[in-house]
Amino acid sequence: MSESPASPLTTADGVPLKVSLRRAVRRSKVKALLLVSPLLLFLIIAFVMPIFDMLWRSVDNPEVSAGLTRTVEALEGWDRQSLPDEHVFAALAADLQEGQEARNLGLLSSRLNYEQSGMRSAITRTARGLRTMEPPYKEALIEAHDNWGEVDTWKLIEREATPLTMSYYLMALDRQLTPDGEIVRAPENQRIHVNLFWRTFWMSGVITGLTLLLGYPIAFLLANLPLRHSNLLMILVLLPFWTSLLVRTTTWIAILQSQGVLNDVMVAIGVIADEARWQMIHNKTGTIVAMTHILLPFMILPLYSVMKTIPPSYMRAARSLGGRPFLCFRRVYFPLTIPGIAAGGILVFILSIGYYITPALVGGQSGRFITNYIAYHMQTSLNWGLAAAIASILLFVVIIFYLVFNRLIGVDKVKLG
Amino acid sequence: MAIPSYATRGERIWHYVFLGICALIFLFLVGPLLIIIPLSFNAQPYFTFSQKMLTLDPEGFSLRWYQDFFTSRAWLNAIKNSFIIGIASTILATVLGTIAALGLSSRNMPARGVIMALLISPMIVPLIISAAAMFFFFSKVNLAQTYLGVILAHTALGIPFVVITVTATLSSFDTTLIRAAHSLGANPTRTFFKVVLPLVTPGVVSGALFAFITSFDEVVVVLFIAGPEQRTMPIQMWSGIREQISPTILAVATMLVLLSMLMLTTLELLRRRGERMRGLTPG
Repeated sequence: MSESPASPLTTADGVPLKVSLRRAVRRSKVKALLLVSPLLLFLIIAFVMPIFDMLWRSVDNPEVSAGLTRTVEALEGWDRQSLPDEHVFAALAADLQEGQEARNLGLLSSRLNYEQSGMRSAITRTARGLRTMEPPYKEALIEAHDNWGEVDTWKLIEREATPLTMSYYLMALDRQLTPDGEIVRAPENQRIHVNLFWRTFWMSGVITGLTLLLGYPIAFLLANLPLRHSNLLMILVLLPFWTSLLVRTTTWIAILQSQGVLNDVMVAIGVIADEARWQMIHNKTGTIVAMTHILLPFMILPLYSVMKTIPPSYMRAARSLGGRPFLCFRRVYFPLTIPGIAAGGILVFILSIGYYITPALVGGQSGRFITNYIAYHMQTSLNWGLAAAIASILLFVVIIFYLVFNRLIGVDKVKLG
Repeated sequence: MAIPSYATRGERIWHYVFLGICALIFLFLVGPLLIIIPLSFNAQPYFTFSQKMLTLDPEGFSLRWYQDFFTSRAWLNAIKNSFIIGIASTILATVLGTIAALGLSSRNMPARGVIMALLISPMIVPLIISAAAMFFFFSKVNLAQTYLGVILAHTALGIPFVVITVTATLSSFDTTLIRAAHSLGANPTRTFFKVVLPLVTPGVVSGALFAFITSFDEVVVVLFIAGPEQRTMPIQMWSGIREQISPTILAVATMLVLLSMLMLTTLELLRRRGERMRGLTPG
């Protein structure tokens, strides 16, 4: 710090002004932080910690090392070429015996079963037979289930004894590890997730494109009408925005289903025959139509707020310089609206790839999103590690788009209502 | 958007075509919401207009789905739950969010960008991810399947809306008004209640409304972390749509559309009041 000149400015009580100011700033900083801290603390506990817990779960791998402690220890120094020695088999028998008594073999067997199908039955069948088993355990265990006679099984146990695993991420990307630790694609009939990721992205892209196509004229109209009229029309945009998501999804079911309003009208006016009603719901069409409707306000509002700032005199100037209307629009007006297009587009895309409810209700088989598989693994297959890994990948994609959005527009500039 | 006097004939035609297109898009936006209102009075258990409804025969219409709703234990319980959870999480989110917004709008707030990004994050993270994360975490700490768990989760989801609206209100707050009040002899308490509060209230109330509607309309998180005890309206609708599709849902939907109209009107009035008090628009 440099010394102040000979006679520094001071406050009335003799403190140098610099010091006094610094103190005041520090005090107000502390005050601001104190005001924010309760909320910050709350969000860290109720939101940030759960998210990190989920990220942790996607790599956490406690099952094998906890369920087969002795076996894993006995496997140390194994040559990985031939079957392990008797003492490893004895350790496995002891581990399974203990697990059977504590009734916690379920976690272990499903964990190993994710990696190699058949392991669940190997473990349960062996554990059931343990009571009547006599040493030497090597023969007895191989007798109980063939899997114990294969080197690959032991390689698997050794590999999955590590505290962290990549295997949930590999599963989420339809990859798997060979016994020798190479990453290969999963068998054709087990590849589901990558396709779903791509489908989610391209359908979200289509939805974003459609909202832009429908939202642009509306935003233009709203921005160029006198305030009195545009306020009224704005209500027509905000009403769906404020209406329950489930209500909007329900109405599309009522309209699009094969006995629904639209099909009835088409039959009544003779466009289609009664037997040939269109299947517009429980497929991609249903998801795209319903989600375009639901997300349209999120496109219109940012577009509108950008168009509102474009002076109408620009277009008039362009016209007076001899441009034809379309040329003037393309060269003058449209480039000025690009920030709005970017804002609305990213917003709709982010919201769309994370949507769960609407695809689940109107998407059927072909209109499902990757989010539906997160729910599936959470609730039905109960493979929570995989659910966490898929969710983490999706979160990563969303965060990247969000950072772009924030760099372009700034999230605190988002207007609500 | 008047047609300029120099417009050519082609432009005039295009102008009307454009208005027509806009009308169609507005129909797409609002039509579906309006179509369910008459459908909910259907006397038949169908999701479409019956012959009698089209000929405006009074026999085609009935209130049976509304009656169904108001006599069903499950629906009434769901409404009660929705209000309990909605109101509790709104109060929490509004109090915490408003206090934080006061700090955030201070000129000397350190690390504002990072903190703001953190506070907004529940709005950005897809609901299914928040739901999965909260499910894992809340199960560990015994908050899953409790009212408290759902309320805390909804508070977290509502906070960004409160923070955004209240910070926006505070950023347009003119601090010279406080000095003016002091110079006219008002003490700090009086200044707060007579000057600051009336100007900030509209922002706080609209933030609270956003938080409430977020909770009131939220399905995904409740689906994962609530037990059968905490079934809310959206969950009841969700399972209604999935399992036994009965037009009771249309009656509920109609009432919810009316509710959102009410909300929208309230917000618009609040906004106008806020603008008028700041002297942005005359009268």
